[in-house]
Formats: sequence, structure tokens, C-alpha cells
Amino acid sequence: MIINHPILGPRDAQEFVYLGDASLIQRPDGMTASIEAFHDYTYLRDNSAGPHRELWYHEQGDRSWLVVTRNTLTHEILKVELARDVARAEGRSR
Amino acid sequence: MRYSGFRILKEALTGHKGWTPAWRDPEPQASYDYVIVGGGGHGLATAYYLAKEFRQARIAVLEKGYLGGGNVGRNTTIIRSNYLLDGNEPFYEFSLKLWEGLEQDFNYNAMVSQRGIINLIHTDAARDAATRRGNAMILNGADAELLNRDQVKAMYPFLNFDDARFPIKGALMQRRGGTVRHDAVAWGYARGADSRGVDLIQNCEVTGMRIENGRILGVETSRGFIGAKKVGVAVAGSSSRVMAHAGMRLPIESHVLQAFVSEGLKPLIDGVMTFGAGHFYVSQSDKGGLVFGGDIDGYNSYAQRGNLPVIEDVIEGGMALMPMLGRARLLRAWGGIMDMSMDGSPIIDRTPVEGLYFNGGWCYGGFKATPASGWCFAHLLARDEPHPTATAYRFDRFLKGLMIDEKGQGATPNLH
Ligand SMILES: Cc1cc2nc3c(=O)[nH]c(=O)nc-3n(C[C@H](O)[C@H](O)[C@H](O)COP(=O)(O)OP(=O)(O)OC[C@H]3O[C@@H](n4cnc5c(N)ncnc54)[C@H](O)[C@@H]3O)c2cc1C
Repeated sequence: MIINHPILGPRDAQEFVYLGDASLIQRPDGMTASIEAFHDYTYLRDNSAGPHRELWYHEQGDRSWLVVTRNTLTHEILKVELARDVARAEGRSR
Repeated sequence: MRYSGFRILKEALTGHKGWTPAWRDPEPQASYDYVIVGGGGHGLATAYYLAKEFRQARIAVLEKGYLGGGNVGRNTTIIRSNYLLDGNEPFYEFSLKLWEGLEQDFNYNAMVSQRGIINLIHTDAARDAATRRGNAMILNGADAELLNRDQVKAMYPFLNFDDARFPIKGALMQRRGGTVRHDAVAWGYARGADSRGVDLIQNCEVTGMRIENGRILGVETSRGFIGAKKVGVAVAGSSSRVMAHAGMRLPIESHVLQAFVSEGLKPLIDGVMTFGAGHFYVSQSDKGGLVFGGDIDGYNSYAQRGNLPVIEDVIEGGMALMPMLGRARLLRAWGGIMDMSMDGSPIIDRTPVEGLYFNGGWCYGGFKATPASGWCFAHLLARDEPHPTATAYRFDRFLKGLMIDEKGQGATPNLH
């Protein structure tokens, strides 16, 4: 798989470390969230078949986190964004 | 029809005219007492034991494709019970004992071959860990032996014993481990279930669940609605997709695992060998092909095929262990979709929906579990309580902090 890095251009997926569903960006507040909310965040996944938004870390490259939208049925990569931009757009401060 | 040596002789003398199909191809009935979703090893074993051991009737297995077309026909056929943790070892040892009597039990040649499995040791720390694991196995009634370097060398003289990074210092051996002809397991359970009245319905995909007032009434399928008092789901890599019909999210990610077979070679490896440090394991099939594999590809996938980097990684591991592998040609590579649970251990449990039960999260180790998984799932379905060896395989272990982290790894790749 070739990931089209928004800054560096096409890079081999081997350069990256995979973390999983991009919903992990939305971590519950550690001071206020319930145990159930943290359980759901940590352990449960949609695990969708089809387009899947997921976090990839460019460990062998510029060390940026990316949100890659990829079809899990075909491995086709549909969209690549910087995770920072996605997180900010979702209201995270950093 | 009972299979036997006598029967083969008789058929040979009468022109093989007496053989009948191994199972029927029935039309689905309007409703059943038990509907098992998924005609892989676990679903078929569940139906078989429900009918045979728990004396239940009106059972159907619904399979979206053909029987045994999923992971049960794609795995590398290794069976063993060399687990460490209390929640696991009694279950896997129960499974190994069932394997030992399986062919007589279901009257089918599954080629159960207890050819022995070794896990290679490269450091003092790894030897300590292997000793502890072996002791845990023995305490649970399994067999385990610690081999020194010379003993391993006598078995497999061609290994790269003096590799600079991973010199071979010994191995943990389980002689009762081995391999089983995977397709024959599906066929044997299918035939055994069918002959006890279970309807095996192929080309029947479950597309929805009818749930009213928190109770399951049946499943929507590509062949119409099928009513059921109880529904047991055992669909391996498709677990999240099927359980989503009941509104459930699971502690599971689906990942692709690849496996490989070389061209047929003369007898070389009589047992099973794992090189954990190098992410490689290998055995030799009765046809002569070296059957080997390594890690999951490491990203969510439903594609049933992997990518080249993992192929390279696995072959590198193989070359490091047995450099002669470089002279063999690769015959085939394929992939299967693994239901990777978040702690690497399975789930056999009730769900919040009355009458709906779940069996999954087998990761890359569910083939060896097939007999016990079927037996324990049938126990849960018939008696509404977990089998004594499967009490830890609950959904709520993640909420309660009771994870069964056998290797400290599940789907979560950042743990590797
Ligand atoms: C390459 C590879 C190597 C492996 N090696 C080993 C090994 O050496 N040892 C070991 O112990 N384990 C191994 N495994 C793991 C093992 O194969 C699986 O854990 C096990 O087979 C899963 O259980 P099953 O047989 O019931 O799954 P499957 O055979 O996958 O059965 C599930 C069935 O459900 C059906 N299904 C899915 N969705 C629906 C639906 N909506 N409606 C109806 N039916 C549906 C599928 O078509 C499929 O037939 C390996 C797996 C792979 C892929």
C-alpha cells in the first residue's frame, strides 16, 4: 500500500506504524468521564467493512500522525490527512 | 453410512456404487430451536455437540458461502495446548484431549497427527519463561518438556544454531501437539451433525436479526426469515459485522493473516517448529510442502489477502532460521480474516439480547480450539451457563480489568 502523505508525497506503508480507528482521537476526559466511557473508548471498535478512518504514524519518516481513509474490503486508500488538522477540526486544542 | 476399512473393501469390490453424499442439502425450515450462524469449524462443532452431547434437536447451521470456506480451510493446521494462564490452559488442554478422540468420535479421518511442537529458545530469560510455561502446562494435566541445544540439534540439524542475533539454546516441547487436516475437520463435523438431524444450510447469509423487547426471534437471511429460540453466532473474522445487526460493538478488530506453502519436498521437518523471536513458524504437510507463516499484516482488513511487506518479513524469518529455505520455491500464499480481540483471547458468552449468544475473538489461534469451542458453546446454548473450562471468556472482562493477556498483545499493534 502506498500512502500519499500530505507533506511528503507517496510513501510506502511499511514506513508507518498502524494504531487503528481514528475515533481514538476523541479520548474521554480523564477527570470526568465514567469507567464505561473509558471502556468503550479503549476496547470497543466499529471495525467497519468498507471505508475506515484510521491512524498511521510515520515512524520511519517525519514522525507525523496521519488520518488515512482506507477501504478495508479492497485496501484502496481514499484520503490522507494530517491527524493534527483532523483533531483541531474536531475541536481538540492540540 | 459408517465409514470403515470393511466399507472401503466392500465398495472397492462393488464398483464404488454405494457411496452417498456426506451430508444433505436441505431447504431451510420456517423456524428452529437453535440457529448457529457460521459454517466454519466452530459453528459446525457447536451444532455437532449440541445434537450429540447435549441431546438437542431442531438445529440449523447457516453459512453464507460453502461449508469450510472460511478460516477453517485457510489455517496452518497446528494444534497444541501450550498456554500459560489459568483462564486459557484448562480450555486448550480440554480441546487437545477432544482432538485425541475426535476421529473415532465422529467417524471421519481428520488426519490428527501428534507429531510434536517445539518453541525455540534463544536466551536465558526465554528459557526461564519456557520453564514457567511448561510447569503451568504440567500443572494443568498437559505434557511439556524442556529440550537442550543438543536435543534440538538431533531433531533438526539443519537449523542455524549459531545465528549472531538468535542463537538456538533449546526449546520447549509439547509432544502431544501437532497438526490436523483442516478441511477434514469441517467435513467430519458437518457429516456428524447432518447425520444427527442438523440442517446445514449453505449460501445463506445472515443479513439482519429480528429482536423484540430485548429478545431474539430469529434472523433475516438471503433465503428469507428463519425463526429461532436461540441464536449462536460463530463467524470468526465477520464477528463485528454480524453482531452489528444486534446493535453491538465488540472488543474486536478484523485483521488479515497470511500463510504460505512451498513446493513439495522430501521429508524434512517431522514436527512443528516456532521461531517466535523471528516471527516465523513452520511444519511440513503430508504432501511434502513446507507450510509456514508469521505475523498479521497489522491493519484492519476484510480483504482475505495481504501485502508484500509481510511476505518479505516472514521469508526473512524463515531464512534466518533455516537458510536452506532459500532453495525452495513458494507454491502459494493466501490470507484469512482474523477476529483479533483486544487481549488476544476469545469470547464465549451471552449477550445483552435474550437468546443471542456469541463465540469469537479467536485471533490466529482458533483452529486448535475448534473441538472445545464447539463443546463449550453448545454447553452455554443448551444449559445457559458456561462450561467450567470457559468461564473466563466473558465480554465484561475488559470492563472489570480481568483481561486474559496471554502474550500481552491483542489486535492493538502499538503493543508489538
Ligand atoms: C493463515 C491462517 C493461519 C492460521 N493458523 C492457525 C493455526 O496454525 N492454529 C490455530 O489454532 N489456528 C490458526 N488460525 C486461526 C483459525 O483458522 C481460526 O481462528 C478459526 O478457524 C476460526 O473459527 P472458524 O473455523 O469457525 O472460522 P471460519 O471458518 O472463518 O468460519 C466462519 C464462517 O462464518 C461465515 N459467515 C460470515 N458471515 C456470515 C453471515 N453473515 N451469515 C452466515 N455465515 C457467515 C463465513 O463464511 C465462514 O464460513 C489461522 C488462521 C489463518 C487465516
